[in-house]
Amino acid sequence: MEKVYAGQTVSVDKEGYLTDLAQWNKDIAIEIGKEVGINELTDKHFEVLAYLQDQQRKEVALSIRGVGKSGIVDIKQLYELFPKGPLKFSSKMAGIPKPKSCI
Amino acid sequence: MKKLVILGAGTAGTMMASHLIKKLKKSDWEITIVDQYKTHYYQPGFLFLPFDTYKPEDVKKSIDEFIPKGVKLIREKIDFIDKDSDTVVLENGTKLTYDILILATGTKTAPGEVQGMLGDYWYKTIFDFYTFEGALALRDKLRDWKGGKLVIHITEMPIKCPVAPLEFAFLADTFFINKGIRDKVDITYVTPLSGAFTKEKCTTALTYLLKDKNIKIVPDFAVEHIDGENGKIVDYGGEEVPFDLLVTIPTNMGDDLMSRSGIGDDMNYVPTDKNTLQTKVKENIFALGDCTNVPASKAGSVAHFQAEILTENILLYIEGKELKPDFDGHANCFIETGHGKALLIDFNYEYEPVSGKFPFAGIGPLNLLTESRLNHWGKLAFRWVYWNMLLPARKLPFITPKMSKAGKNFD
Ligand SMILES: Cc1cc2nc3c(=O)[nH]c(=O)nc-3n(C[C@H](O)[C@H](O)[C@H](O)COP(=O)(O)OP(=O)(O)OC[C@H]3O[C@@H](n4cnc5c(N)ncnc54)[C@H](O)[C@@H]3O)c2cc1C
Repeated sequence: MEKVYAGQTVSVDKEGYLTDLAQWNKDIAIEIGKEVGINELTDKHFEVLAYLQDQQRKEVALSIRGVGKSGIVDIKQLYELFPKGPLKFSSKMAGIPKPKSCI
Repeated sequence: MKKLVILGAGTAGTMMASHLIKKLKKSDWEITIVDQYKTHYYQPGFLFLPFDTYKPEDVKKSIDEFIPKGVKLIREKIDFIDKDSDTVVLENGTKLTYDILILATGTKTAPGEVQGMLGDYWYKTIFDFYTFEGALALRDKLRDWKGGKLVIHITEMPIKCPVAPLEFAFLADTFFINKGIRDKVDITYVTPLSGAFTKEKCTTALTYLLKDKNIKIVPDFAVEHIDGENGKIVDYGGEEVPFDLLVTIPTNMGDDLMSRSGIGDDMNYVPTDKNTLQTKVKENIFALGDCTNVPASKAGSVAHFQAEILTENILLYIEGKELKPDFDGHANCFIETGHGKALLIDFNYEYEPVSGKFPFAGIGPLNLLTESRLNHWGKLAFRWVYWNMLLPARKLPFITPKMSKAGKNFD
Protein backbone atom coordinates (compact mmCIF):
# COMPACT_ATOMS: atom_id res chain seq x y z
CA MET A 1 0.00 0.00 0.00
CA GLU A 2 1.08 3.57 -0.57
CA LYS A 3 0.35 6.79 1.19
CA VAL A 4 1.35 10.41 0.74
CA TYR A 5 2.81 12.27 3.70
CA ALA A 6 4.25 15.75 3.43
CA GLY A 7 4.13 15.50 -0.34
CA GLN A 8 6.11 12.29 -0.42
CA THR A 9 4.81 8.86 -1.38
CA VAL A 10 5.77 6.13 1.08
CA SER A 11 4.85 2.46 1.32
CA VAL A 12 2.88 1.39 4.37
CA ASP A 13 1.31 -1.81 5.71
CA LYS A 14 -2.42 -2.17 6.20
CA GLU A 15 -2.28 -0.48 9.59
CA GLY A 16 -0.36 2.48 8.22
CA TYR A 17 3.12 1.63 9.50
CA LEU A 18 5.96 2.49 7.12
CA THR A 19 7.53 -0.58 5.58
CA ASP A 20 10.77 1.11 4.53
CA LEU A 21 12.58 3.19 7.12
CA ALA A 22 14.70 4.76 4.37
CA GLN A 23 11.61 6.67 3.20
CA TRP A 24 11.17 8.35 6.60
CA ASN A 25 11.83 12.01 7.37
CA LYS A 26 10.85 14.40 10.14
CA ASP A 27 7.97 15.95 8.19
CA ILE A 28 6.43 12.52 7.81
CA ALA A 29 6.65 12.01 11.59
CA ILE A 30 4.89 15.34 12.13
CA GLU A 31 2.02 14.37 9.81
CA ILE A 32 1.58 10.93 11.35
CA GLY A 33 1.63 12.65 14.75
CA LYS A 34 -1.34 14.78 13.72
CA GLU A 35 -3.21 11.65 12.60
CA VAL A 36 -2.85 10.08 16.02
CA GLY A 37 -3.66 13.27 17.88
CA ILE A 38 -0.18 14.50 18.77
CA ASN A 39 -0.09 17.99 17.36
CA GLU A 40 3.18 19.37 18.54
CA LEU A 41 6.49 17.57 18.38
CA THR A 42 9.30 18.61 20.70
CA ASP A 43 12.97 17.69 20.60
CA LYS A 44 12.18 15.04 23.21
CA HIS A 45 9.71 13.40 20.81
CA PHE A 46 12.40 13.25 18.15
CA GLU A 47 14.95 11.89 20.59
CA VAL A 48 12.60 9.02 21.38
CA LEU A 49 11.93 8.40 17.69
CA ALA A 50 15.66 8.30 16.94
CA TYR A 51 16.19 5.85 19.79
CA LEU A 52 13.44 3.56 18.46
CA GLN A 53 14.89 3.65 14.95
CA ASP A 54 18.28 2.80 16.36
CA GLN A 55 16.90 -0.18 18.29
CA GLN A 56 15.06 -1.31 15.16
CA ARG A 57 18.31 -1.24 13.15
CA LYS A 58 19.95 -3.34 15.86
CA GLU A 59 16.95 -5.74 15.71
CA VAL A 60 16.21 -5.30 19.41
CA ALA A 61 12.58 -6.11 20.30
CA LEU A 62 10.87 -2.99 21.62
CA SER A 63 9.14 -2.69 24.94
CA ILE A 64 7.84 0.21 26.99
CA ARG A 65 10.09 -0.99 29.78
CA GLY A 66 13.07 -0.84 27.44
CA VAL A 67 12.34 2.74 26.37
CA GLY A 68 11.91 3.60 30.06
CA LYS A 69 15.46 2.40 30.65
CA SER A 70 16.91 4.19 27.60
CA GLY A 71 17.99 7.19 29.62
CA ILE A 72 15.96 9.47 27.33
CA VAL A 73 12.60 9.33 29.10
CA ASP A 74 11.08 7.37 31.95
CA ILE A 75 7.83 5.48 31.37
CA LYS A 76 5.68 8.28 32.74
CA GLN A 77 7.25 10.82 30.37
CA LEU A 78 6.82 8.41 27.46
CA TYR A 79 3.09 8.29 28.20
CA GLU A 80 2.97 12.06 28.40
CA LEU A 81 4.69 12.43 25.03
CA PHE A 82 2.58 9.78 23.28
CA PRO A 83 -0.73 9.59 25.18
CA LYS A 84 -2.86 6.44 24.83
CA GLY A 85 -0.44 4.57 22.62
CA PRO A 86 3.14 5.15 23.71
CA LEU A 87 4.72 2.31 21.79
CA LYS A 88 2.16 2.03 19.00
CA PHE A 89 2.13 5.72 18.14
CA SER A 90 5.84 6.34 18.63
CA SER A 91 6.70 3.37 16.40
CA LYS A 92 4.32 4.59 13.73
CA MET A 93 5.83 8.05 13.86
CA ALA A 94 9.35 6.60 13.82
CA GLY A 95 8.57 4.74 10.60
CA ILE A 96 9.25 1.30 12.04
CA PRO A 97 6.96 -1.78 12.21
CA LYS A 98 4.24 -2.09 14.83
CA PRO A 99 5.73 -3.77 17.90
CA LYS A 100 4.65 -7.38 18.20
CA SER A 101 2.31 -8.32 20.95
CA CYS A 102 0.81 -11.73 20.65
CA ILE A 103 -2.78 -12.45 21.46
CA MET B 1 31.54 -38.80 27.10
CA LYS B 2 29.84 -35.59 25.95
CA LYS B 3 27.50 -33.62 28.16
CA LEU B 4 24.11 -32.11 27.47
CA VAL B 5 22.54 -30.04 30.24
CA ILE B 6 18.90 -28.91 30.37
CA LEU B 7 17.97 -26.05 32.72
CA GLY B 8 14.39 -26.26 34.04
CA ALA B 9 12.22 -29.36 34.38
CA GLY B 10 8.84 -27.81 33.61
CA THR B 11 6.84 -28.43 30.45
CA ALA B 12 9.58 -27.68 27.92
CA GLY B 13 12.61 -29.11 29.74
CA THR B 14 10.88 -32.38 30.58
CA MET B 15 9.72 -32.84 26.98
CA MET B 16 13.26 -32.21 25.72
CA ALA B 17 14.68 -34.79 28.14
CA SER B 18 12.08 -37.31 26.95
CA HIS B 19 12.85 -36.64 23.28
CA LEU B 20 16.63 -36.64 23.60
CA ILE B 21 16.99 -39.78 25.70
CA LYS B 22 15.36 -41.63 22.80
CA LYS B 23 17.64 -40.08 20.18
CA LEU B 24 21.11 -39.68 21.68
CA LYS B 25 23.44 -42.65 22.03
CA LYS B 26 23.79 -43.54 25.70
CA SER B 27 27.44 -44.43 25.29
CA ASP B 28 28.20 -40.98 23.82
CA TRP B 29 26.00 -38.56 25.75
CA GLU B 30 25.24 -37.88 29.39
CA ILE B 31 22.02 -35.89 29.86
CA THR B 32 21.44 -33.84 33.03
CA ILE B 33 18.38 -31.76 33.94
CA VAL B 34 18.26 -29.21 36.77
CA ASP B 35 15.27 -27.77 38.63
CA GLN B 36 14.89 -26.10 42.00
CA TYR B 37 11.52 -27.65 42.94
CA LYS B 38 10.01 -31.04 43.72
CA THR B 39 6.62 -30.38 42.17
CA HIS B 40 5.58 -30.21 38.53
CA TYR B 41 2.40 -28.14 38.22
CA TYR B 42 -0.07 -28.52 35.39
CA GLN B 43 -0.36 -24.74 34.98
CA PRO B 44 -3.38 -24.69 32.63
CA GLY B 45 -5.25 -26.20 35.61
CA PHE B 46 -4.66 -22.99 37.61
CA LEU B 47 -7.53 -21.47 35.63
CA PHE B 48 -9.97 -23.94 37.15
CA LEU B 49 -8.75 -23.90 40.78
CA PRO B 50 -10.39 -20.59 41.78
CA PHE B 51 -13.81 -21.90 40.69
CA ASP B 52 -13.40 -25.17 42.59
CA THR B 53 -13.62 -27.10 39.28
CA TYR B 54 -10.19 -28.66 39.83
CA LYS B 55 -8.82 -29.67 43.20
CA PRO B 56 -5.19 -28.94 44.13
CA GLU B 57 -4.26 -32.61 43.71
CA ASP B 58 -5.46 -32.50 40.09
CA VAL B 59 -2.72 -30.08 39.06
CA LYS B 60 0.41 -31.31 40.82
CA LYS B 61 2.70 -34.29 40.55
CA SER B 62 6.28 -34.97 41.47
CA ILE B 63 8.88 -33.74 38.96
CA ASP B 64 10.80 -37.01 39.35
CA GLU B 65 7.91 -39.02 37.93
CA PHE B 66 8.45 -37.53 34.47
CA ILE B 67 12.21 -37.53 34.18
CA PRO B 68 12.99 -40.48 31.90
CA LYS B 69 15.33 -43.24 33.05
CA GLY B 70 18.89 -42.49 32.04
CA VAL B 71 18.56 -38.74 32.58
CA LYS B 72 20.19 -37.38 35.72
CA LEU B 73 18.00 -34.97 37.73
CA ILE B 74 19.64 -32.42 40.01
CA ARG B 75 17.38 -30.58 42.45
CA GLU B 76 19.07 -27.26 43.04
CA LYS B 77 18.66 -23.62 42.20
CA ILE B 78 20.70 -22.47 39.21
CA ASP B 79 22.87 -19.50 40.06
CA PHE B 80 24.38 -18.51 36.72
CA ILE B 81 25.69 -19.57 33.34
CA ASP B 82 29.28 -18.81 32.41
CA LYS B 83 28.98 -19.05 28.65
CA ASP B 84 32.67 -18.42 28.04
CA SER B 85 33.74 -21.52 29.93
CA ASP B 86 30.63 -23.59 29.01
CA THR B 87 29.76 -23.99 32.68
CA VAL B 88 26.58 -23.74 34.75
CA VAL B 89 27.05 -22.86 38.41
CA LEU B 90 24.42 -24.04 40.91
CA GLU B 91 23.55 -22.28 44.14
CA ASN B 92 25.38 -24.88 46.24
CA GLY B 93 28.55 -24.17 44.28
CA THR B 94 28.43 -27.25 42.05
CA LYS B 95 29.77 -26.62 38.56
CA LEU B 96 28.30 -28.42 35.57
CA THR B 97 30.23 -28.26 32.32
CA TYR B 98 28.42 -28.89 29.07
CA ASP B 99 28.92 -29.38 25.36
CA ILE B 100 25.32 -28.40 24.66
CA LEU B 101 23.05 -26.34 26.92
CA ILE B 102 19.27 -26.12 26.60
CA LEU B 103 17.45 -23.32 28.42
CA ALA B 104 13.90 -24.09 29.58
CA THR B 105 13.51 -22.00 32.71
CA GLY B 106 10.15 -20.52 31.74
CA THR B 107 8.67 -17.24 32.95
CA LYS B 108 7.06 -16.25 36.22
CA THR B 109 5.02 -13.47 37.71
CA ALA B 110 6.76 -10.44 39.17
CA PRO B 111 4.09 -8.59 41.19
CA GLY B 112 6.80 -6.42 42.77
CA GLU B 113 7.16 -4.56 39.46
CA VAL B 114 4.02 -2.47 39.97
CA GLN B 115 3.80 -0.12 42.91
CA GLY B 116 1.02 -1.11 45.31
CA MET B 117 0.44 -4.60 43.97
CA LEU B 118 2.35 -6.48 46.67
CA GLY B 119 1.63 -5.31 50.18
CA ASP B 120 -1.25 -5.10 52.63
CA TYR B 121 -3.92 -5.97 50.07
CA TRP B 122 -2.14 -8.83 48.29
CA TYR B 123 -4.29 -11.95 48.67
CA LYS B 124 -6.93 -9.90 50.52
CA THR B 125 -8.51 -7.88 47.69
CA ILE B 126 -5.76 -8.26 45.05
CA PHE B 127 -5.06 -11.71 43.61
CA ASP B 128 -3.31 -13.51 40.80
CA PHE B 129 -4.19 -16.98 39.52
CA TYR B 130 -0.94 -17.61 37.63
CA THR B 131 0.64 -19.26 40.67
CA PHE B 132 -0.61 -22.25 42.64
CA GLU B 133 -0.74 -20.17 45.85
CA GLY B 134 -2.56 -17.31 44.13
CA ALA B 135 -5.16 -19.57 42.54
CA LEU B 136 -5.90 -21.21 45.91
CA ALA B 137 -6.08 -17.90 47.78
CA LEU B 138 -8.53 -16.65 45.14
CA ARG B 139 -10.61 -19.83 45.47
CA ASP B 140 -10.97 -19.18 49.19
CA LYS B 141 -11.93 -15.58 48.53
CA LEU B 142 -14.53 -16.48 45.88
CA ARG B 143 -16.13 -19.11 48.10
CA ASP B 144 -17.75 -16.44 50.23
CA TRP B 145 -17.48 -13.26 48.18
CA LYS B 146 -20.85 -11.54 48.12
CA GLY B 147 -20.33 -9.52 44.95
CA GLY B 148 -19.19 -6.05 43.92
CA LYS B 149 -16.79 -4.76 41.30
CA LEU B 150 -14.63 -7.52 39.87
CA VAL B 151 -11.78 -6.25 37.74
CA ILE B 152 -9.70 -8.64 35.63
CA HIS B 153 -6.51 -6.95 34.64
CA ILE B 154 -3.39 -7.54 32.53
CA THR B 155 -0.39 -5.51 33.69
CA GLU B 156 1.81 -5.70 30.60
CA MET B 157 2.61 -7.96 27.66
CA PRO B 158 3.99 -10.48 26.99
CA ILE B 159 2.36 -12.91 29.43
CA LYS B 160 2.16 -16.66 29.28
CA CYS B 161 -1.09 -18.08 28.02
CA PRO B 162 -2.38 -14.70 26.78
CA VAL B 163 -5.95 -16.00 26.54
CA ALA B 164 -6.16 -17.17 30.18
CA PRO B 165 -7.34 -13.79 31.56
CA LEU B 166 -10.23 -13.74 29.08
CA GLU B 167 -11.10 -17.31 29.93
CA PHE B 168 -11.09 -16.30 33.58
CA ALA B 169 -13.58 -13.51 32.81
CA PHE B 170 -15.91 -15.88 30.94
CA LEU B 171 -15.72 -18.56 33.64
CA ALA B 172 -16.33 -15.95 36.35
CA ASP B 173 -19.54 -14.92 34.56
CA THR B 174 -20.77 -18.54 34.57
CA PHE B 175 -19.61 -19.05 38.17
CA PHE B 176 -21.62 -16.09 39.48
CA ILE B 177 -24.69 -17.03 37.40
CA ASN B 178 -24.59 -20.52 38.93
CA LYS B 179 -24.23 -19.00 42.38
CA GLY B 180 -27.24 -16.80 41.69
CA ILE B 181 -25.39 -13.53 42.31
CA ARG B 182 -24.43 -12.43 38.79
CA ASP B 183 -26.64 -9.34 39.17
CA LYS B 184 -24.51 -8.28 42.13
CA VAL B 185 -21.24 -8.61 40.24
CA ASP B 186 -19.95 -5.99 37.86
CA ILE B 187 -17.21 -7.48 35.63
CA THR B 188 -14.64 -5.26 33.89
CA TYR B 189 -11.74 -6.46 31.74
CA VAL B 190 -8.79 -4.05 31.72
CA THR B 191 -5.99 -4.54 29.19
CA PRO B 192 -2.94 -2.63 27.92
CA LEU B 193 -3.81 -3.82 24.40
CA SER B 194 -6.22 -1.99 22.10
CA GLY B 195 -8.85 -4.68 22.52
CA ALA B 196 -9.66 -8.01 24.15
CA PHE B 197 -8.64 -9.83 21.01
CA THR B 198 -5.73 -8.17 19.32
CA LYS B 199 -5.85 -10.17 16.13
CA GLU B 200 -8.32 -8.66 13.72
CA LYS B 201 -10.21 -11.82 12.75
CA CYS B 202 -10.54 -12.95 16.35
CA THR B 203 -11.92 -9.56 17.29
CA THR B 204 -14.55 -9.68 14.57
CA ALA B 205 -15.52 -13.23 15.44
CA LEU B 206 -15.46 -12.96 19.22
CA THR B 207 -16.43 -9.52 20.42
CA TYR B 208 -20.01 -10.79 20.86
CA LEU B 209 -18.79 -12.98 23.74
CA LEU B 210 -18.02 -9.98 25.92
CA LYS B 211 -21.26 -8.25 24.98
CA ASP B 212 -23.41 -11.33 25.60
CA LYS B 213 -21.87 -11.84 29.00
CA ASN B 214 -22.11 -8.20 29.95
CA ILE B 215 -18.38 -7.81 30.53
CA LYS B 216 -17.10 -4.26 30.16
CA ILE B 217 -13.75 -3.65 28.56
CA VAL B 218 -11.22 -0.90 29.24
CA PRO B 219 -8.50 -1.06 26.53
CA ASP B 220 -5.15 0.78 26.22
CA PHE B 221 -4.78 0.88 30.00
CA ALA B 222 -1.20 0.89 31.25
CA VAL B 223 -1.19 0.62 35.03
CA GLU B 224 1.07 3.05 36.86
CA HIS B 225 0.14 2.05 40.40
CA ILE B 226 -2.50 0.25 42.43
CA ASP B 227 -4.24 2.01 45.27
CA GLY B 228 -5.31 -0.92 47.45
CA GLU B 229 -6.70 1.24 50.23
CA ASN B 230 -9.17 3.03 47.99
CA GLY B 231 -9.65 0.05 45.67
CA LYS B 232 -8.55 1.44 42.32
CA ILE B 233 -5.99 0.91 39.62
CA VAL B 234 -4.53 4.04 38.07
CA ASP B 235 -2.90 4.33 34.65
CA TYR B 236 -0.09 6.57 33.42
CA GLY B 237 -2.58 8.94 31.84
CA GLY B 238 -4.44 9.33 35.17
CA GLU B 239 -7.43 7.14 34.26
CA GLU B 240 -8.83 5.18 37.23
CA VAL B 241 -10.75 1.91 37.40
CA PRO B 242 -12.34 1.09 40.78
CA PHE B 243 -12.45 -2.46 42.16
CA ASP B 244 -13.66 -4.45 45.14
CA LEU B 245 -11.84 -7.53 43.93
CA LEU B 246 -8.87 -7.26 41.59
CA VAL B 247 -7.66 -10.32 39.70
CA THR B 248 -4.45 -9.20 38.06
CA ILE B 249 -1.92 -10.83 35.80
CA PRO B 250 1.30 -9.28 37.10
CA THR B 251 4.26 -8.52 34.85
CA ASN B 252 5.75 -11.78 33.59
CA MET B 253 9.53 -12.08 33.55
CA GLY B 254 12.14 -14.70 32.82
CA ASP B 255 14.29 -15.95 35.69
CA ASP B 256 16.86 -13.58 37.26
CA LEU B 257 19.49 -16.14 36.42
CA MET B 258 19.49 -14.63 32.92
CA SER B 259 20.40 -11.16 34.14
CA ARG B 260 22.98 -12.59 36.55
CA SER B 261 24.53 -14.36 33.55
CA GLY B 262 24.31 -11.26 31.37
CA ILE B 263 22.30 -13.02 28.67
CA GLY B 264 18.73 -11.75 29.07
CA ASP B 265 16.85 -8.78 27.62
CA ASP B 266 15.13 -6.21 29.86
CA MET B 267 12.45 -8.78 30.80
CA ASN B 268 15.09 -11.51 31.37
CA TYR B 269 14.09 -13.30 28.16
CA VAL B 270 16.83 -14.89 26.10
CA PRO B 271 17.44 -13.58 22.56
CA THR B 272 16.75 -16.61 20.37
CA ASP B 273 16.42 -17.26 16.65
CA LYS B 274 12.67 -17.46 16.14
CA ASN B 275 12.87 -20.26 13.57
CA THR B 276 15.80 -22.48 14.65
CA LEU B 277 15.63 -21.95 18.44
CA GLN B 278 19.37 -21.53 18.68
CA THR B 279 20.11 -18.64 21.05
CA LYS B 280 21.99 -15.56 19.96
CA VAL B 281 24.10 -15.97 23.10
CA LYS B 282 26.38 -18.73 21.81
CA GLU B 283 26.00 -21.44 19.18
CA ASN B 284 25.97 -24.34 21.65
CA ILE B 285 23.13 -22.80 23.70
CA PHE B 286 19.52 -23.45 22.64
CA ALA B 287 16.25 -22.32 24.19
CA LEU B 288 12.56 -23.13 24.05
CA GLY B 289 9.33 -22.52 25.92
CA ASP B 290 8.53 -19.37 27.85
CA CYS B 291 12.14 -18.30 28.53
CA THR B 292 12.87 -17.13 24.95
CA ASN B 293 12.14 -13.77 23.34
CA VAL B 294 10.62 -15.28 20.18
CA PRO B 295 7.39 -13.50 19.19
CA ALA B 296 5.21 -16.61 19.58
CA SER B 297 2.65 -17.17 22.34
CA LYS B 298 4.10 -18.37 25.61
CA ALA B 299 2.10 -21.58 25.86
CA GLY B 300 2.59 -25.26 26.55
CA SER B 301 1.31 -26.09 23.08
CA VAL B 302 4.00 -23.88 21.57
CA ALA B 303 6.67 -25.51 23.76
CA HIS B 304 5.42 -28.88 22.50
CA PHE B 305 5.82 -27.93 18.83
CA GLN B 306 9.17 -26.33 19.57
CA ALA B 307 10.43 -29.45 21.36
CA GLU B 308 9.96 -31.59 18.25
CA ILE B 309 11.77 -29.09 16.06
CA LEU B 310 14.55 -28.38 18.54
CA THR B 311 15.23 -32.11 18.95
CA GLU B 312 15.88 -32.35 15.23
CA ASN B 313 18.07 -29.28 15.32
CA ILE B 314 20.15 -30.59 18.22
CA LEU B 315 20.81 -33.76 16.20
CA LEU B 316 21.80 -31.67 13.17
CA TYR B 317 24.05 -29.52 15.35
CA ILE B 318 25.80 -32.61 16.71
CA GLU B 319 26.41 -33.83 13.17
CA GLY B 320 27.79 -30.43 12.22
CA LYS B 321 24.97 -29.80 9.73
CA GLU B 322 22.96 -26.67 9.13
CA LEU B 323 19.96 -26.13 11.43
CA LYS B 324 16.45 -26.17 10.01
CA PRO B 325 14.44 -22.92 10.35
CA ASP B 326 11.32 -24.98 10.94
CA PHE B 327 9.55 -23.34 13.85
CA ASP B 328 6.78 -21.19 12.37
CA GLY B 329 5.30 -19.82 15.60
CA HIS B 330 2.51 -22.40 15.60
CA ALA B 331 0.16 -22.20 18.59
CA ASN B 332 -2.99 -24.12 19.25
CA CYS B 333 -5.13 -23.04 22.18
CA PHE B 334 -8.50 -23.82 23.63
CA ILE B 335 -10.38 -20.84 25.02
CA GLU B 336 -12.95 -21.59 27.71
CA THR B 337 -16.04 -19.47 27.13
CA GLY B 338 -18.17 -20.61 30.07
CA HIS B 339 -21.34 -22.71 30.32
CA GLY B 340 -19.42 -25.85 29.36
CA LYS B 341 -18.24 -24.54 26.01
CA ALA B 342 -14.91 -23.57 24.51
CA LEU B 343 -13.33 -22.26 21.33
CA LEU B 344 -10.23 -23.51 19.61
CA ILE B 345 -7.73 -21.26 17.87
CA ASP B 346 -4.82 -22.25 15.64
CA PHE B 347 -2.31 -19.70 14.35
CA ASN B 348 1.36 -18.95 13.70
CA TYR B 349 3.81 -16.07 13.02
CA GLU B 350 2.26 -15.48 9.65
CA TYR B 351 -1.43 -16.31 9.94
CA GLU B 352 -4.04 -15.04 12.35
CA PRO B 353 -6.40 -17.53 13.98
CA VAL B 354 -8.50 -18.87 11.14
CA SER B 355 -11.87 -20.57 10.98
CA GLY B 356 -12.25 -24.12 9.70
CA LYS B 357 -11.84 -27.64 11.08
CA PHE B 358 -9.15 -29.27 13.20
CA PRO B 359 -7.22 -31.56 13.01
CA PHE B 360 -8.83 -33.14 9.91
CA ALA B 361 -9.61 -30.92 6.94
CA GLY B 362 -13.37 -30.72 6.39
CA ILE B 363 -14.12 -33.21 9.16
CA GLY B 364 -12.75 -31.84 12.38
CA PRO B 365 -14.19 -32.96 14.71
CA LEU B 366 -13.11 -29.73 16.35
CA ASN B 367 -14.33 -26.41 14.96
CA LEU B 368 -11.94 -23.50 14.90
CA LEU B 369 -13.09 -20.11 16.17
CA THR B 370 -16.56 -21.44 17.01
CA GLU B 371 -17.87 -22.28 20.46
CA SER B 372 -18.74 -25.90 21.13
CA ARG B 373 -19.09 -28.42 23.93
CA LEU B 374 -16.62 -30.71 22.22
CA ASN B 375 -13.92 -28.05 22.46
CA HIS B 376 -14.58 -27.77 26.19
CA TRP B 377 -14.18 -31.53 26.58
CA GLY B 378 -11.01 -31.21 24.52
CA LYS B 379 -9.67 -28.69 27.00
CA LEU B 380 -10.51 -30.91 29.97
CA ALA B 381 -9.05 -33.99 28.26
CA PHE B 382 -5.87 -32.04 27.74
CA ARG B 383 -4.78 -32.64 31.33
CA TRP B 384 -4.56 -36.37 30.64
CA VAL B 385 -2.82 -35.74 27.34
CA TYR B 386 -0.33 -33.47 29.11
CA TRP B 387 0.75 -35.97 31.77
CA ASN B 388 0.58 -39.06 29.58
CA MET B 389 1.52 -37.95 26.07
CA LEU B 390 3.27 -34.58 26.07
CA LEU B 391 5.71 -34.92 28.95
CA PRO B 392 6.90 -38.41 27.91
CA ALA B 393 7.17 -37.05 24.31
CA ARG B 394 4.77 -39.59 22.81
CA LYS B 395 3.67 -38.49 19.37
CA LEU B 396 0.23 -36.94 19.27
CA PRO B 397 -1.53 -38.42 16.28
CA PHE B 398 -2.49 -36.02 13.47
CA ILE B 399 -1.06 -32.89 15.07
CA THR B 400 1.97 -31.47 13.30
CA PRO B 401 4.50 -29.02 14.68
CA LYS B 402 4.07 -26.76 11.66
CA MET B 403 0.67 -25.19 11.20
CA SER B 404 -1.32 -27.15 8.64
CA LYS B 405 -3.30 -25.12 6.12
CA ALA B 406 -5.67 -27.88 5.09
CA GLY B 407 -9.34 -27.38 5.91
CA LYS B 408 -8.89 -23.81 7.05
CA ASN B 409 -10.29 -20.65 5.57
CA PHE B 410 -7.58 -18.20 4.56
CA ASP B 411 -8.34 -15.14 2.55
C1 LIG C 1 -3.15 -19.94 34.40
C2 LIG C 1 -2.39 -20.55 33.25
C3 LIG C 1 -3.09 -21.18 32.24
C4 LIG C 1 -2.42 -21.74 31.16
N1 LIG C 1 -3.16 -22.37 30.19
C5 LIG C 1 -2.52 -22.92 29.12
C6 LIG C 1 -3.27 -23.60 28.10
O1 LIG C 1 -4.49 -23.72 28.17
N2 LIG C 1 -2.59 -24.12 27.05
C7 LIG C 1 -1.23 -24.02 26.93
O2 LIG C 1 -0.67 -24.51 25.96
N3 LIG C 1 -0.49 -23.37 27.89
C8 LIG C 1 -1.09 -22.84 28.98
N4 LIG C 1 -0.36 -22.21 29.96
C9 LIG C 1 1.08 -21.94 29.73
C10 LIG C 1 2.01 -23.11 30.03
O3 LIG C 1 1.80 -23.60 31.32
C11 LIG C 1 3.45 -22.63 29.89
O4 LIG C 1 3.60 -21.99 28.65
C12 LIG C 1 4.45 -23.79 29.95
O5 LIG C 1 4.43 -24.36 31.22
C13 LIG C 1 5.86 -23.30 29.61
O6 LIG C 1 6.81 -24.30 29.83
P1 LIG C 1 8.29 -23.95 30.25
O7 LIG C 1 8.98 -25.26 30.40
O8 LIG C 1 8.86 -22.95 29.33
O9 LIG C 1 8.18 -23.26 31.69
P2 LIG C 1 7.69 -23.92 33.07
O10 LIG C 1 6.79 -25.07 32.79
O11 LIG C 1 7.16 -22.82 33.88
O12 LIG C 1 9.02 -24.52 33.72
C14 LIG C 1 10.14 -23.76 34.12
C15 LIG C 1 10.91 -24.55 35.15
O13 LIG C 1 12.20 -23.96 35.33
C16 LIG C 1 12.52 -23.96 36.70
N5 LIG C 1 13.47 -22.87 36.99
C17 LIG C 1 13.39 -21.59 36.59
N6 LIG C 1 14.43 -20.88 37.08
C18 LIG C 1 15.19 -21.74 37.80
C19 LIG C 1 16.40 -21.60 38.55
N7 LIG C 1 17.03 -20.43 38.66
N8 LIG C 1 16.89 -22.70 39.17
C20 LIG C 1 16.26 -23.89 39.07
N9 LIG C 1 15.12 -24.08 38.38
C21 LIG C 1 14.58 -23.01 37.75
C22 LIG C 1 11.19 -23.76 37.40
O14 LIG C 1 11.26 -24.24 38.74
C23 LIG C 1 10.23 -24.56 36.52
O15 LIG C 1 10.06 -25.87 36.97
C24 LIG C 1 -1.00 -21.67 31.08
C25 LIG C 1 -0.28 -21.04 32.10
C26 LIG C 1 -0.96 -20.49 33.19
C27 LIG C 1 -0.18 -19.83 34.30
